[in-house]
Amino acid sequence: MIEGILSGLSTAFSIQNLLMVIAGCLIGTFIGMLPGLGPMSIIAIMIPVAIQIGDPAAALILLAGVYYGAIFGGSTSSILINAPGVAGTVATAFDGYPMARQGQAGKALTIAAIGSFSGGTIGAILLMGFAPGLATVALLFHSAEYFALMVVGLAAIAAFAGSGQVAKALMMTVLGVMLATVGESALFNAPRFTFGIYDLQSGISFITLAMALFALPEALYLVLNPKRSERGGDGGSNISNLRITRDEAKEIAPVIGRQSLQGFFIGVMPGAGATIASFLGYAVERNIAKGEDRAKFGKGSVKGLAAPETANNAACTGSFVPLLTLGIPGSGTTAILLGALIALNVAPGPRLMVDNPSIFWAVIISMYIGNVVLLILNLPLIPYIAKLLEIPRNYLIPFILFFTMMGSYIGQNNATELLLLTGMGIVATIMRMAGYPLAPMLIGFILGPLLEDNFARAMNLTDGISFMWERPMTLALLFFAIILIFLPSIRAGFARLKGDEAAQGD
Amino acid sequence: MTLERAIALIFIVVCVVYGYTAFVVMEASILPFERNLAFLPNVLPKWLSVIGVVVGLAVLIQSRAGAEGEGDPDGIDAGNLRQYNLGQTILLLALMVAYALLLRPIGFLTTTTLFIAGGAVILGERRYVLLVPVAVLAAFLIWYLVQEVLGIFLRPWPWFV
Repeated sequence: MIEGILSGLSTAFSIQNLLMVIAGCLIGTFIGMLPGLGPMSIIAIMIPVAIQIGDPAAALILLAGVYYGAIFGGSTSSILINAPGVAGTVATAFDGYPMARQGQAGKALTIAAIGSFSGGTIGAILLMGFAPGLATVALLFHSAEYFALMVVGLAAIAAFAGSGQVAKALMMTVLGVMLATVGESALFNAPRFTFGIYDLQSGISFITLAMALFALPEALYLVLNPKRSERGGDGGSNISNLRITRDEAKEIAPVIGRQSLQGFFIGVMPGAGATIASFLGYAVERNIAKGEDRAKFGKGSVKGLAAPETANNAACTGSFVPLLTLGIPGSGTTAILLGALIALNVAPGPRLMVDNPSIFWAVIISMYIGNVVLLILNLPLIPYIAKLLEIPRNYLIPFILFFTMMGSYIGQNNATELLLLTGMGIVATIMRMAGYPLAPMLIGFILGPLLEDNFARAMNLTDGISFMWERPMTLALLFFAIILIFLPSIRAGFARLKGDEAAQGD
Repeated sequence: MTLERAIALIFIVVCVVYGYTAFVVMEASILPFERNLAFLPNVLPKWLSVIGVVVGLAVLIQSRAGAEGEGDPDGIDAGNLRQYNLGQTILLLALMVAYALLLRPIGFLTTTTLFIAGGAVILGERRYVLLVPVAVLAAFLIWYLVQEVLGIFLRPWPWFV
């Protein structure tokens, strides 16, 4: 392991990779600030660039830098104009925007940056501790267990979608896996489900799907409802004083400590990403706070700002655990990263640490560097970067649409891809209007081929599906997946029962 | 019928077509010697189509039980689209289709300039003196970055140049 860390250190500190971290964080901050482009869209746009680099370590470092840069940029626009660029930073606006309106925009940005830095750094330390252990266990897994593990991952993503949403999320997951079966695959000699359409033979590109599911609907929402991009007042004009007092530092220190841990573990769970971590972090801290402190929440409390900011960055780091050790993405963003890794000929999973230790450790070490970059490079630049928020909507939206199209075009160099993007984007927008979650579909799509691969191998080994009950570990995992799916409705049932009793008792 | 249930119904139809392809069409194309293999191209699709129909039905039933769907919490009331900028949205989508169709024949620079300028005009921009230089400059800058810096080929000019 020490050897791996050392080779990772030398990889991460090469000039090229340091530049990648800095570039990634800056690009992420810039774009993450704009409404309509979340981390998923930004990473999807950057993938052709990353593939062009060719070196998988550098590419992954760039994309990871873009990821935290985007989260940081999202919090900046939440604080300054009450328009979160990213879902994970909605909770940041609860207290950040009131602070900005009280003329404390600079202070709010500093607290956000410190929270992000601590959350990300503590997360990276935990990742270093957890990932190797988990990877060692995962090395014992067979294709049967892998298959079961992916079923668990997909089930968990659906289960975390929220009450009443589980069936819908499952439906989206199934649809994603179905889309993944379109076209040729490595397993068989003939294309499937192309319905005679030549352009479908190579399958649907995952970047196109990612753009159609996230970037395009968000942009269309901005067009449909201009209120979404409306700015609340001008909090951004006064970013002069970036300092915080000693008392404030004392106040937020325990919050940051707690939320780094909580955020990280929420991030590790599949399906629960930065968004859930930040809302939960905010709620927990508000419940812990007492008296006057609690009353301040929502009116510019430093604790209320530090909590979601720390939690969302810790969760971002946490979500790398299942990706790097099991090869299973827990969120839409890490699913896109997985797609990028596969395109770069790197198979994430427990073998990654053994076969490519320098990639594995370089990514983790670059997370520390990335957090330092965000703190010392981005923070002083914020007043200048914030100028970007003044781009008029009339120009911003055509550019967002254009970058969405470029993302899917550059990868394939095929104009049909753009028609596919527009068509799927319209369908995705309608599904989003009806309240269907879209992230499970992308995760299903990316895990689909891996799922089928392991399913096929397990079936070939046991000559049928008997592996599902003959291997105890597989059986346990599949059972766990079923529990996950039914847990929300069982709990809701119990709650209803209790509610009835209480009503009768009264 | 709510939009939510309509989508679930369409999904079930898609699953049935998908399942028919897996169970009937693909089954017929399996060669005799392949029949002994444990895993065939239509194994996973068969499972998927069955699971898909079950899940789709679950959504249909649940949305009836839950009566009013919550819909998208942060956004748009699908039942009343007229209150939004529907016209602009449709025009922008049409512009995207036009971009896709024209990109190859008339080249990256012209289409991109037209797309950005056209998009801004659709959204209500009328300061043409500002608009045209911005669109032209952006198109050139992006082309330069993609082609020269990243080395990804984009045909810049129309087919006759």
